[in-house]
Amino acid sequence: MAKSKKGAVGRRGFLKGAAAGAAALVAKPPEAIAQQRPQGSGGNATAATPTQAALNVDVGNGRPIPGINGIELSPGSDYMVDVLKQFDFEYVVANPGTSFAGLHESLLNYGNNTKPEFLTACHEESAVSMAHGYAKIEGKPMLVLLHADVGIQHASMAIFNAYADRVPIYMIAGNWGHAVQAHNAQDMALMIRDMIKWDDEPRSLAGFADAAQKAYTIAMMPPMGPTLLVVDEDLQEMTNKEPNLRVPKFKTIHPPAGDLESVREAAKLLVAAENPVIVTGRSARTANGMTLLVELAELLQAPVSGGDRMNFPLTHPLSGAGIPGTQPDLTLALEVNNAPVGRNGAKTINISSTILSVKNNYQDVGDRYTASDIDMAADAEATLPALIEECRKLVTANRKRVYEERGKKIAEAHRQAKLKDIELAAIGWDASPVSLNRLYGELWPFIKNEDWSMVSWDGFMGGWPRRLWACEKHYHYIGAQGAGGMGYGAGAAVGAALANKKHGRISINVQTDGDLNYAPAVLWTAAHHKAPLLTIMHNNRAYHQEVMRMQRQATAMNRGTDRIHIGTKLWNPEIDYATIAKGYGMYAEGPITDPKDLAAAYKRGIERVKNGEPALIDVVTQPRG
Amino acid sequence: MAHSPRIAALFALGAMLAAAQAPTGDASRGKDLYDRKYLCSACHGFSGQNGVGARLVPMKLTQAAFMGYVRHPHDTPTGMPPYTAKVMPDQELADIYAYIKSLPDSTKKAKDIPILNDILNSQK
Repeated sequence: MAKSKKGAVGRRGFLKGAAAGAAALVAKPPEAIAQQRPQGSGGNATAATPTQAALNVDVGNGRPIPGINGIELSPGSDYMVDVLKQFDFEYVVANPGTSFAGLHESLLNYGNNTKPEFLTACHEESAVSMAHGYAKIEGKPMLVLLHADVGIQHASMAIFNAYADRVPIYMIAGNWGHAVQAHNAQDMALMIRDMIKWDDEPRSLAGFADAAQKAYTIAMMPPMGPTLLVVDEDLQEMTNKEPNLRVPKFKTIHPPAGDLESVREAAKLLVAAENPVIVTGRSARTANGMTLLVELAELLQAPVSGGDRMNFPLTHPLSGAGIPGTQPDLTLALEVNNAPVGRNGAKTINISSTILSVKNNYQDVGDRYTASDIDMAADAEATLPALIEECRKLVTANRKRVYEERGKKIAEAHRQAKLKDIELAAIGWDASPVSLNRLYGELWPFIKNEDWSMVSWDGFMGGWPRRLWACEKHYHYIGAQGAGGMGYGAGAAVGAALANKKHGRISINVQTDGDLNYAPAVLWTAAHHKAPLLTIMHNNRAYHQEVMRMQRQATAMNRGTDRIHIGTKLWNPEIDYATIAKGYGMYAEGPITDPKDLAAAYKRGIERVKNGEPALIDVVTQPRG
Repeated sequence: MAHSPRIAALFALGAMLAAAQAPTGDASRGKDLYDRKYLCSACHGFSGQNGVGARLVPMKLTQAAFMGYVRHPHDTPTGMPPYTAKVMPDQELADIYAYIKSLPDSTKKAKDIPILNDILNSQK
C-alpha cells in the first residue's frame, strides 16, 4: 500500500495542523501532532515503525471529528476541505495540476482521502465525463478539480455535454499566479461561461465558504448544471489567518414546484381529456420521480413516452405512444426540450425548469418557445405531488370507468409493440459480424437476475436494450451525452460504475469505438479504481454516422462514394481494443466476430465484474442496430 | 427533386430497360463493392439485414427492379440516396445484386431462439 509523503511539506503552515486530519480539528499542539507522524516518513530514515495514529490515518480511520468548525494553524486548503465535506462528495476526480496542489494535498492528508476519495483521471474530458455519469446514477455531483485554463479547456466539451444534459458538475479550477504565463487568465471562467450555470473567484476563505455553498446550490437546483469556482493558489496554500472562520451550515435545496393555480388548471384539463398523453424529457431527477409519474399515469390511465433516460418503467403497460391511430387531445410535457405543439385544437401543458436558467449563446439547449395552454416554469418532479393530488380530487366514478377502458387499449398497444420488437430482434441473429440485437440479447440472461445498470447510450444501436431488457428502475438506463459530443461514453460509464459500486450493481457499457478513441486512458482509471464495469465494444470500425452522411453528400453531387471511407473509416490497421484494454491493466478479450462466441465471453467478463474489477470484450459488429 | 407521376414512370421504365440489358453479376466482386467501395453495409449491414436501411436479405426484387430502385429510390432525400450510372456502373450494380442474392438469411423466428423466447414468455 502506498503511503503519503507527510514529511515533505514543510514550506507551509500546513504541517502544524494537518498531519492527521483529526489532529487539526481537535486543535492539539503541533508538537503532539508531529509525534503522531510515522517516523522516517521523510528525510533519510528508512526503517521506522509507524505509530498507531499514523496507521489509523493510513487505513482511513483517522478522519476528522465532525462538527468542530474552529480552524487553527492550517493552510487555507484545509479549511476548504472542511467546507467541501459539508456536501458529502463521495469522490473527487482530477488530472493532477500544480494550480490546485494545495487543495489536492489537503484532500489526501487533511481529509484522509475519504468523502471525497481521489480518482485519478488521465484527461480532464474524462474527469468531467466521469462526474457526468456519476451524477446520472447518484443524482448529485462529483467534485472535479481542473488545472487552470489548460485544464478548463481540456474539460470544455465534457462540460458542454453536462450543461446540455442538465447534470450537476461541481468544479474547482486552480489559478496559478506564480506560474507559466500561458496557464493564467484574467478571467479563467470566461471561456466556458456560456455553458455553466454560475462561477465565482473568491478572494478570501470566508468568500470561498459562501461561494462554495452557492455553487453547490446552483448546480443542484433545477435545471441542474455545472458550476465553477476558481481558487487562487495562494489562497489554498498560505496559512489561514482569517479570524473566526466557521463552516457554514449546508442549506437544504428545494426545487421549485409549479404554482397551485396553474396546477389546478392543469389538473382540470388532464381529467377532462379523452386522449391525453404524457411526454417526458428529463422529468425524473430521482427514483421518486419515476414513482410519482407512475402514480399520475395510472390515475389517468394515460400513456407515457419519450425521455432519453429512465423516467417511467418501460415494462409498464402504459409505457409507449398509446393507442395506435389516435390523436392526443392533450399533451402533458414534463421537462421536454421543445415541447410538442398541439395540432387540431389539441392542448399542451408544459412543465419545465429550463427557462429558469437560460444562456444566450446555446439556444439548442434551451426550449424553443411553444405556445402551451399552461406553461409552468417549475421542476416537473417537484410539481407532480400537487398535480396528482389535484387530479385525484377531480376524478369521478364516471371518469374512472372511461379511464379503465382507455387503459386496456393502451396496455394492449404496449404489449403488441413489445412483441413486435422481440420478433424484430431475431433478424440477422446469426449474422457475422455480430448484430446489435444479438449483442444485447445475448447479455440479458447474464444480468436479468442481477442488480444491473446500463451506463451507456443506445442511440447508434437501435435502442435494443430498452426494447429487449426489463428497464424498470431509474438506474437501468442513463441516456445520452446531452450535447452529442463524442468522448463522453467511456468516461461517463466509468463514473456511473463507480456510483453503482457501493450498491453492488453490475454496470454495462456498450462502447462505440469512435467515442472510446477520444480518451481511452479512462480504461486505466477504471482498472486502477476497480470499477465493476463490463465494457462491450460496438466495434464497427468507423465513424458510421459520418459514413452515411458522406454517402448522401457524394451521391447528391453525383461524384460517387468510392472515396468516402477516407476520413470516416477506422481500418488499415484495424484497432485491437482488447490489447489496448490489457495495456491499461484490464481483463479483456476479443475481437469476437462469430456470435456463437459471445455467451462464453460474456460469462467470463461478468465473473470478473462480479469480483469487483472491470472487463472489456471487443465485439466486431454490424455498423448499426 | 419531385417529379410528376408520368415522368417518374418514364424514369423507372428507362431504368428497367437499361437494367434488362445489364450484364450478369459476379458475387465475389460484389462483396468488395458492397463492403468496401460503396459501403452499402453502412446502412444495410454487412449481413444485408441489420441497420437503418431497408432489409435486403432475402432479396425480393428482380435485378431490373433492384437496379431501377438504386438509380431512382423513391424515399430520397431522407432514405436511400440515388446512385447514377456515372458513379456506379451497371456492371458493378449487377455484381452487388449478385452478392446480396448470395447472402444467407440468418433470420429465425423469435420463439426458435431460446433467449428471445424467454423474453417473449415474459410478456405473457
